[in-house]
Amino acid sequence: MAQSSFQEISASDFFYRNRDIAGFTNPSRAIFAAIRELVENSLDAAESLKIPPDIYIRLSTQSKDKKDEQVFKLRVEDNGCGIQPRFIPSAFGQVLYGSKYKLKQMRGTFGLGGKMAVLYGQIMTHKPATIMSSTGQAKIYAFKLMIDIQRNRPIIMDRRVLVNKEKWRGTIVEFYIEGDYLRAMPKILEYFKQTAMVNPYSNLTFVDPKGRLYKFSRVTTEMPDPPKETLPHPYGVDVELFQRLIYVTKEKNLLEFLKNHFHRIGNITAQKFLEFSKLSPTKKPKKLSHEEIVTIVQNMKKFKEFRPPDASCLSPLGQDLLEAGIMKELNPEYIVVNQRKPSTYAGHPFIIEMGMAYGGEIPRKNSFQIYRFANKIPLLYDEASDVSYKVINSINWRRYKVSPDLPIAIVVHICSTKVPYKTVGKEFISDRPEVRREVANSLREISRKIHHFMSKREHVNRERKRISVFAKYLPRIAEFSTNLAEKEKQPDIKKLIASVRKYGEEE
Amino acid sequence: MAKKSNSTDKNKEIIGSLKRLGTQIYDQLENGVFPTINMPSRSIDNINYDPNLRQYVLGEKTVTRSSRNIRHLKPFTQLAWAALFSNELTFHKKTSTLRDVYYSAQAYNMTFKNQQESNNIITDLETAIGHSREEFHIFPEERSAVFGDLTIEYTVPGYEGKTMNLSAHPDGVLIGPALTSSKFAKTSADKIIAIEKGGLFTRFIEENVHKKHNSILVLTSGQAPRQTRFFLRRLSDELKIPLFIFTDGDPWGMHIAMVIISGSANAAHLRNLNTPDAKWSGVWASDIVKYKLPSDPLDDVDIKRLHELQKDPRYQEDPLWQKEIKTFLKIKRKAELEAYARYGLTYIVDEYLPTKLK
Ligand SMILES: Nc1ncnc2c1ncn2[C@@H]1O[C@H](COP(=O)(O)OP(=O)(O)OP(=O)(O)O)[C@@H](O)[C@H]1O
Ligand SMILES: [Mg+2]
Repeated sequence: MAQSSFQEISASDFFYRNRDIAGFTNPSRAIFAAIRELVENSLDAAESLKIPPDIYIRLSTQSKDKKDEQVFKLRVEDNGCGIQPRFIPSAFGQVLYGSKYKLKQMRGTFGLGGKMAVLYGQIMTHKPATIMSSTGQAKIYAFKLMIDIQRNRPIIMDRRVLVNKEKWRGTIVEFYIEGDYLRAMPKILEYFKQTAMVNPYSNLTFVDPKGRLYKFSRVTTEMPDPPKETLPHPYGVDVELFQRLIYVTKEKNLLEFLKNHFHRIGNITAQKFLEFSKLSPTKKPKKLSHEEIVTIVQNMKKFKEFRPPDASCLSPLGQDLLEAGIMKELNPEYIVVNQRKPSTYAGHPFIIEMGMAYGGEIPRKNSFQIYRFANKIPLLYDEASDVSYKVINSINWRRYKVSPDLPIAIVVHICSTKVPYKTVGKEFISDRPEVRREVANSLREISRKIHHFMSKREHVNRERKRISVFAKYLPRIAEFSTNLAEKEKQPDIKKLIASVRKYGEEE
Repeated sequence: MAKKSNSTDKNKEIIGSLKRLGTQIYDQLENGVFPTINMPSRSIDNINYDPNLRQYVLGEKTVTRSSRNIRHLKPFTQLAWAALFSNELTFHKKTSTLRDVYYSAQAYNMTFKNQQESNNIITDLETAIGHSREEFHIFPEERSAVFGDLTIEYTVPGYEGKTMNLSAHPDGVLIGPALTSSKFAKTSADKIIAIEKGGLFTRFIEENVHKKHNSILVLTSGQAPRQTRFFLRRLSDELKIPLFIFTDGDPWGMHIAMVIISGSANAAHLRNLNTPDAKWSGVWASDIVKYKLPSDPLDDVDIKRLHELQKDPRYQEDPLWQKEIKTFLKIKRKAELEAYARYGLTYIVDEYLPTKLK
């Protein structure tokens, strides 16, 4: 019998071996994923201070050969909050290390993205990454880092402290990556365009390896209020999370523990819940047995008296910004937007925002152009698996005078403290009944509005056409009858034509 | 004779009608109202058979074409154009065919979707001013022929006063605008024979039917074109001689004769296109039996057509029609004019015709 050998692998090792699940599938995909992860970190960093983001991205060639797959230097610079020096090595050199594990609507969630990029670059090129950052204080810190993959630890190759004369605040990340830019290019540009659409208050500047400059400029400095941190709602708690909370808590009894670590549990609710669970309010949390923990978690899902999660911690874009973003990137003839009231799934609040744009520069295709966003990041892959795709395709469009061959774009944005992604790659939203319902409701509302617009437009067009028919034929009738009647001058028909217009007045 | 064929007077009358139409439209525009045109309705329910006139006529109902109505606007404009165009034709004594109308419109930057559309507008104009398009110089393409001892005098420009005898050319003479507008000067004929088919027309000329039977021969080439019907009516009226019609012995041939005699519903807005006193002389269903003619069985469409004709008001006039329809339905056979050839080439002329021309 063959001897099996067991071996523990580290988180970084695990994700390196399974880089597919984080989106680093192949050289073209990897270069796209790296840019995307760093840009999203930068957006998060600027938004946390409610500062309109200024992000500069440069991809430059290292090798001169003509091979498709080349080594590129990627540099991303932002004006975000910066990182405190003691966190820099782990933030970029330790997988699953992040500041975003708290419950808060952010683009980053897994503590993985930035590192995967650095890791992928390191494996392919054996070069360290450089991170420079300042929180706007007196100093700028510059690190040269590599990742010890086996141990999931950062290796600091070099550490420098510079004087921050200009009071610069932000972060610069620079590393080497192998990839296929030409193949990745369309997706990368699409990514910037869509990111600009849903972050209309951002400046994105991209210089590609050929030296071409792509600029996506902000149209507003208005920004939504930044997301607020929130406690987990009892409906969304699992055993793992509960144990972690017990581990960190300083509370000495269950009543206080429930009140202080969970969203929507006050004194009375806590007492009622403990009664419901037949537990003493004075019991020490750290003394709970595993069976008791399982029962509490199960009861948290059964107990009917928790108020639903409060969505004020969320930071949706809002109808005005959504409209501004769509206008800026799609330049349509007409836009309708809608923001749904907050809803929840499994204890997580979420808000659906949608927009529908018609005409203008939107191309005519055989299907609607769908733009999907989650927590203000574009989702570019696996459209057909996304819940909104399914909803859009199940609607009876004829009711709304709309058909997929019209130049119509549909924009869907979901924001939540926990976006129901199907994968770590943040590609598409899973089909949960609560989410599906909200998407469907929102879609119906914008469809109604677009229907109204289309009917009005049809009316105006019909009117315009009607008037033009009169304007075309009446003068001819005048001409022919003048000749036939052998008159000298033609009758004045301006009034007649004007009378046709009177009830066809356009706005 | 030839009292009402003064085409110059006719032209003046037509030009007058067209000018009145133009003035009516002009005045309405001048008064700031959307011009309208009233004309008799040509819808089925307004087409009646008039037993006195022995033709179809339009009833009391009228329709109004209003330029206020967006759906009427284009046809209204086309009608105004057609009136102007016809006016110019008539004034300059030029002729045009229906096809020409369709193309000429383009020179005036007027468009017709197709020939059918321009034909319809011409029919509207006929209805609106109460004159046939031939009178305002628009003719169809199809032409039929005439042969026999009739001397005509042209009235068309360049030929005024010139004469010609219609037996001058052995193939017959085309019935065109110049002929239909000519005066009839002199004839020795005492009857007209209209024949449906070219083969037989030629045979009749070869066999000297015009001499043997003192007749003017007219080839209709199937369903007779309107100007040929107009021409036949003039011949019969002005020369005061009877018209005999020979067609194939089937419902279709029978109906060719009927349209010459009683006109068609399509031309209910017009007069003088039919010759009510003309006679259908064969081939009758009873001839098929009597002469034991080689015949073919009737098809389903033939039988269906016979049933339709049985109810047609035009077929109620003379008991002959009902009798022949019944015979057709009984024997369920049809025969062509050429069927008489079984008795030899001259039989139809020497034996059959004399019995029929009474
Ligand atoms: N440009 C930046 N400015 C400020 N902080 C940053 C920046 N980039 C990364 N960070 C910090 O580093 C942490 C790790 O980033 P990383 O991208 O690896 O994970 P994440 O963004 O938390 O989650 P995700 O895997 O979803 O991207 C972040 O949580 C953030 O605190
Ligand atoms: Mg991240």
